[in-house]
Amino acid sequence: MAAPLLEVRDLVVEFPGRRGTLRALDKVSLDIAPGEVLGMVGESGAGKSMTGAAIIGLLEPPGRIAGGSITLGGQRIDNLSRRQMQRIRGKRIGAIFQDPLTTLNPLYTVGDQLTETMRTHLDIDAADARRRAVGWLEAVGIPAAADRVMAYPHQFSGGMRQRVVIALALCAEPELVVADEPTTALDVSVQAQVIALLRRLTREKGTSVMLITHDMGVIAETADRVAVMYAGRVAEIGPVKSVVKAAAHPYSAGLMASIPPLSHRVDRLPQIDGAMPRLNAIPQGCAYNPRCPHVFDRCRVERPELLPAVETRAACWLFDSHAPRERAHV
Amino acid sequence: MPAFVLSRILQALPVMLAVALIAFTLFTFVGDPIATMLGQEFSVAQRDALVTALGLDQPVPIQFLRFIGNALHGEFGLSYRLSRPVSALFAERAPATLELAFCASVVALAVGLPAGVYTGLRPRSPLSRALLTFSLVGVSLPTFLIGSLLILVFSVWLGWLPSFGRGDTVQLGWWSTGFLTLSGLKALILPSITLGLFQLTLILRLVRSEMLEVMRSDYVKFARARGLRDRSINFGHALRNTLVPVITIVGLQLGSIIAFSIVTETVFQWPGMGLLFIQSVSSADIPVMAAYLLLISAVFVTINLVVDLLYYAVDPRLRAGRGH
Amino acid sequence: MSAIARAWDSDLAYSFRRSPTAVLSAIVALICIVGAVAAPVLAPYNPFDLASLDLMDAFNPPAFMPEGSLAHPIGTDDQGRDVLSAIMYGARMSLFVGVSATAFSLLLGVLLGLLAGYAGGTIDAVLMRIADVQLTFPNILIALLVDGVARAALPRDLHDQIAVYVVIFAIGISDWPRFARTVRGSAMVERNKEYVLAARVIGIGPARIMLTHVLPNVLGPLLVLATLNLGLAIISEATLSFLGVGLPQTQPSLGTLIRVGNDFLFSGEWWITVFPGVALIAMVLSVNLLGDWLRDALNPRLR
Repeated sequence: MAAPLLEVRDLVVEFPGRRGTLRALDKVSLDIAPGEVLGMVGESGAGKSMTGAAIIGLLEPPGRIAGGSITLGGQRIDNLSRRQMQRIRGKRIGAIFQDPLTTLNPLYTVGDQLTETMRTHLDIDAADARRRAVGWLEAVGIPAAADRVMAYPHQFSGGMRQRVVIALALCAEPELVVADEPTTALDVSVQAQVIALLRRLTREKGTSVMLITHDMGVIAETADRVAVMYAGRVAEIGPVKSVVKAAAHPYSAGLMASIPPLSHRVDRLPQIDGAMPRLNAIPQGCAYNPRCPHVFDRCRVERPELLPAVETRAACWLFDSHAPRERAHV
Repeated sequence: MPAFVLSRILQALPVMLAVALIAFTLFTFVGDPIATMLGQEFSVAQRDALVTALGLDQPVPIQFLRFIGNALHGEFGLSYRLSRPVSALFAERAPATLELAFCASVVALAVGLPAGVYTGLRPRSPLSRALLTFSLVGVSLPTFLIGSLLILVFSVWLGWLPSFGRGDTVQLGWWSTGFLTLSGLKALILPSITLGLFQLTLILRLVRSEMLEVMRSDYVKFARARGLRDRSINFGHALRNTLVPVITIVGLQLGSIIAFSIVTETVFQWPGMGLLFIQSVSSADIPVMAAYLLLISAVFVTINLVVDLLYYAVDPRLRAGRGH
Repeated sequence: MSAIARAWDSDLAYSFRRSPTAVLSAIVALICIVGAVAAPVLAPYNPFDLASLDLMDAFNPPAFMPEGSLAHPIGTDDQGRDVLSAIMYGARMSLFVGVSATAFSLLLGVLLGLLAGYAGGTIDAVLMRIADVQLTFPNILIALLVDGVARAALPRDLHDQIAVYVVIFAIGISDWPRFARTVRGSAMVERNKEYVLAARVIGIGPARIMLTHVLPNVLGPLLVLATLNLGLAIISEATLSFLGVGLPQTQPSLGTLIRVGNDFLFSGEWWITVFPGVALIAMVLSVNLLGDWLRDALNPRLR
């Protein structure tokens, strides 16, 4: 693998609160290579979106990065000043949010929003920005782009608005795009188109993507690699095929098993018993241990790091080659 | 655009009519205008003559129509108390009230808007907390008390500013202005602050809460994610969206300044419409009350209309009409 | 855990203890309320007892001034009345009118709000239109009009007798729309929920559904509104009385006292008006601060 574009190492995000500090992310580590699409999956509250927010430097206060590092193209970006981070956002890291109905400012034309973004980050004049704005609207498939550039967000449908959001995220040609549930709020019929558009454009420009979603179908089709998150930790990370077909971590295996197969009818989908622990009640050792079918003593005491598993890396003691023990078959 | 304006005017009409009906009811059925106008001693002939002259022998709907017709001509009959035409009384008093209301609005907006924006952008700064405490005190202070305290400090103790009246005024046609003399301007200071303070605190709190709301919105978050500069986010994106609801409420607040001037005018013995109204309430001078009610409603309806038009200018969603 | 311990441990109580403003204003409000309610017991003099008034005592300054005496800690007025006692009795009147007017607005607002939200259609449209129009007019203007009409329509003696109730009605009638709006919104949401449909199917009447399902949902916001409205109502009453169209001189409230005292501002007897003013501010400000805190505490999103 080439030198990664984004390196997240042992990232800790905390929310100081009334009854003590909550740890929303606990030593999250992951890489994204140039041009790669990394899928982030997990249940609500597992920390997918939090990881994205930490990377673009937009954690909701009082949330803060309490440890670890984020490196973009060799430069640490987790400890930058407000002003320095402003120059990274939009310019080097683009973002796409979930609901296109609320992410566009209703009082500005889409053209104004595009030109404002480009002129903030690129050294171009107004006429050039306007030309490029039309070009971007064409690129994201807005019909009659030259006219629509003067239109206001409410004059577009939801799917079209998300296309505009994609144009806004990409218009300053960032190296990385963090897409947080980009299709969740859209009609099923346009979800596939929007994802295809995002994939095509980022591939053309060689942009890396962090694709946060709970839709395994989208991940399977779009991502190169996938990170499975559980209770603020990365449970498993690896090539998308391996995770889908042969997940090593018992949690990802359970997650994949609960996806309904298209090939044949099943009467009853397998499910994982219990629920993800609340952030203030994460058990000692492996966070998954109370629900894990393969749990053994060590899991309840010591937290596993990401260890090389069969085709992926999994945070599970089953794959600790240094400590010989009665190994359960996975 | 014309359709929009027309529909707004059509919506305002029933409100005006309802108010006119209330005013008419007051005028016709409350108290006894004949007895009030003629005093204790009168002959039957005198009485009948007046009844005919006032049109009180006509059916009620006709009386109502006549009332509206007269009102449109600015004709509200004679004041029971002063025995002078109500319209002349109002024409005399209007400049005083309007000048006071104008100055009070300037005070409220010039301080309230920036302070609201500041406290919305920096909710945790010490200055914001101080401003917020001040605004709460402002909301809790009754207008008349502010006036009394200002008089006590600046007129009685310090002797800097006059405590009552308009000072010297200059007559410009039928309009008498206090803006052109030093004593007129000095006389405006305390009443303007008194009248403007309450609206100031309301505007401050409103702008602040709208600003906080907008700063949490997705599009501001997205504007941050696009790496836009703080100034552009705060003043371009956030403030402009804040203005949409703020315009409505601020417009209505400024309208109520004219109504609230009743209290301020009483405290400072300011010879305006409010003082006239309060004197007519305590002496049950119905024609003046009815006229004041109609006048204030007309002011409110007009302001509402202006507010709607401003709204229309700021928010493209309305301009596009049936775009949804 | 006992109920008290649970209440002590609740988020609301925690946020109360954490907020010095809330604690302080609760204390001030409590002092005002106790001082007002128990005026006949606690006040050093009875300001209505003409026998005890001595014009020799008139215009005594507060105790901390050279000619003051401890007999009248904050001085006496033009009639020789003890200002402190007058304030306590006045506050009693202000509080009575404020609470009654708020209760009246609350009741009217809740009833009309439930009606509008549940009935919908024309009733809703008409009621809300009235509320809209009324909200655009300042409540003091409406109260003034109601009071003025009552003056014109009622014989003078009768009006003086029932002046207190006229004022309560005038203030109460001008403040109902805010309560109605809150309740209506909630009623409309609840009306379409499935459990309400289910309850209707099994024959539970709309009145009962409203009371058992809709009202509990809006108790928090209603409490906040009522608290803030109490401050407003007290101010409205004081304003009316200050303007001379509220309570008669025989039943003075804080507003009346301030009005009377205002005449002596220029002759130097400032305490006759300033102390009732301070009492009024203390009462209203503490109630408003409590309401403000309550709103924030019940709505964590605002923090």
